[in-house]
Amino acid sequence: MAKLRVTLRVNGEEREALIEPQATLLEVLREDLELTGTKHGCELGECGACTVLIDGTPVISCLALGRACQEKDIRTVEGMADPEPHALQTAFAELGAAQCGYCTPGFLLTAEALLEEKSEPTRDDIKDALAGNLCRCTGYIKIYEAVELAAARMRGENAQPTQEAIYGQQ
Amino acid sequence: MLRLPEFEFLEPSSLEEAVKMHESATEEVAYVAGGTDLFPNMKRRHQEPQTVISLGAIEELSTAPEEVEIDRRRFVTIGANVSLTDVSGNQLVQTLCPALAKAAESVSTPALKNMGTIGGNLCLDTRCNYYNQSFEWRRSIDFCMKKDGDICWVAPNSPRCWAVNSSDTAPVMIALGADFVLMGRGGEQIVPAAEFYNDDGIAYLNKGPSDILTQIRVPITPGSGATYLKLRRRGSFDFPVLGVAVWIRWNNKIVDDARIVLGAVASYPRIIPEAATAIIGTDLDDDSIEAAAAAAFRPSKPMDNTDLGLAWRKQMTKVYVRRALHELRAQTD
Repeated sequence: MAKLRVTLRVNGEEREALIEPQATLLEVLREDLELTGTKHGCELGECGACTVLIDGTPVISCLALGRACQEKDIRTVEGMADPEPHALQTAFAELGAAQCGYCTPGFLLTAEALLEEKSEPTRDDIKDALAGNLCRCTGYIKIYEAVELAAARMRGENAQPTQEAIYGQQ
Repeated sequence: MLRLPEFEFLEPSSLEEAVKMHESATEEVAYVAGGTDLFPNMKRRHQEPQTVISLGAIEELSTAPEEVEIDRRRFVTIGANVSLTDVSGNQLVQTLCPALAKAAESVSTPALKNMGTIGGNLCLDTRCNYYNQSFEWRRSIDFCMKKDGDICWVAPNSPRCWAVNSSDTAPVMIALGADFVLMGRGGEQIVPAAEFYNDDGIAYLNKGPSDILTQIRVPITPGSGATYLKLRRRGSFDFPVLGVAVWIRWNNKIVDDARIVLGAVASYPRIIPEAATAIIGTDLDDDSIEAAAAAAFRPSKPMDNTDLGLAWRKQMTKVYVRRALHELRAQTD
């Protein structure tokens, strides 16, 4: 089938690409636009690794057609550092909320969407928001703590990781 | 990579145009709304439409929930393309049909609910452990009758397919007495939710191939209450392995009418009239709740083709019907 010319607005930048007409947004991002920060996991919507934001809302890029995402604002993990790391990225690094890191872009973007909506989320808000992202390394506690830390800093608080969060219970 | 096969992608801007496109297709064709059901199925070659007709650009399908009066009855109407997030988070739905908000909220994951639509969940393809597998996996068992094969691996002597209706919202729609508005080549028709589903894993929807579910109408019944309980392994992601939807209309603290519907135990949401009969005319005392739970237990016949053991799932029917009825009784106290 003939390739299709599309224009996508990714991280605020207009990008043109010649894509396979049936390519998913995930494939377009990774293979046509070389934005490999978005990860492919199960490719069936069962893991959340490929989560990106479309018009600020988390969606599963492996189940969206690239061609259907034109005229929308697409945000990937590459757009989070501007150029300094986003508060969430810093908090994830400080607290070890990533081990292998494969699920991290999906978590970061989903958490970013949450914090955009709620600046002071409860632990349950965070759990609910991240319920579609699987991590098979760290467990979720450090991820929740990192989101809480980033949220506090984004509210202007001088928050630091707790001793327990870094060193465990003494 | 699991890639989609090639297909022609059409984007009609009106219902009439969409139906016409469907009617004029010479090969296999599918409608798509959110894509969260169809695209995984296409990646695993369960469904292989050569033409995919997107319903995304048809504005009237996206009409947000609103309260309307039709033929002197009050309804909450919802456009079929409204996302599950927007159904569960809608204040009108939460106030007037909380059981529907709860069921929509329980579907899959937040990101999938942002994409998936209420119409898509109501038309969800039936599911089975022998079907929802990769092409290579299915080829290794010589396929099954739902796709490419001749046999039902769940019941090899059966002439029919036993794939399971795994929609969370369908049992609730039936319990609430909702109507579905369909648009097809014969124009618009209104089908009660209870008549929309067939007990057949393959021909699971009672609609013409080109018919489009356009709107859901949930009646608002004064003095009624409803709930939905879902059993699954994890609190997120998973389809139900049992869903219990209960609707009750009260009259002076006596159950005047009721509907109890089980999801995920058959190829269609299963209405259990004998369970409703057990509570009608009672004040929902413990004995009538137990009678309803026992009545729902007998016809609940889960097959060994989803997650978790089927004997336990059958047992849980009793527990979940009991819990649902206790919850509704507590609402009136």
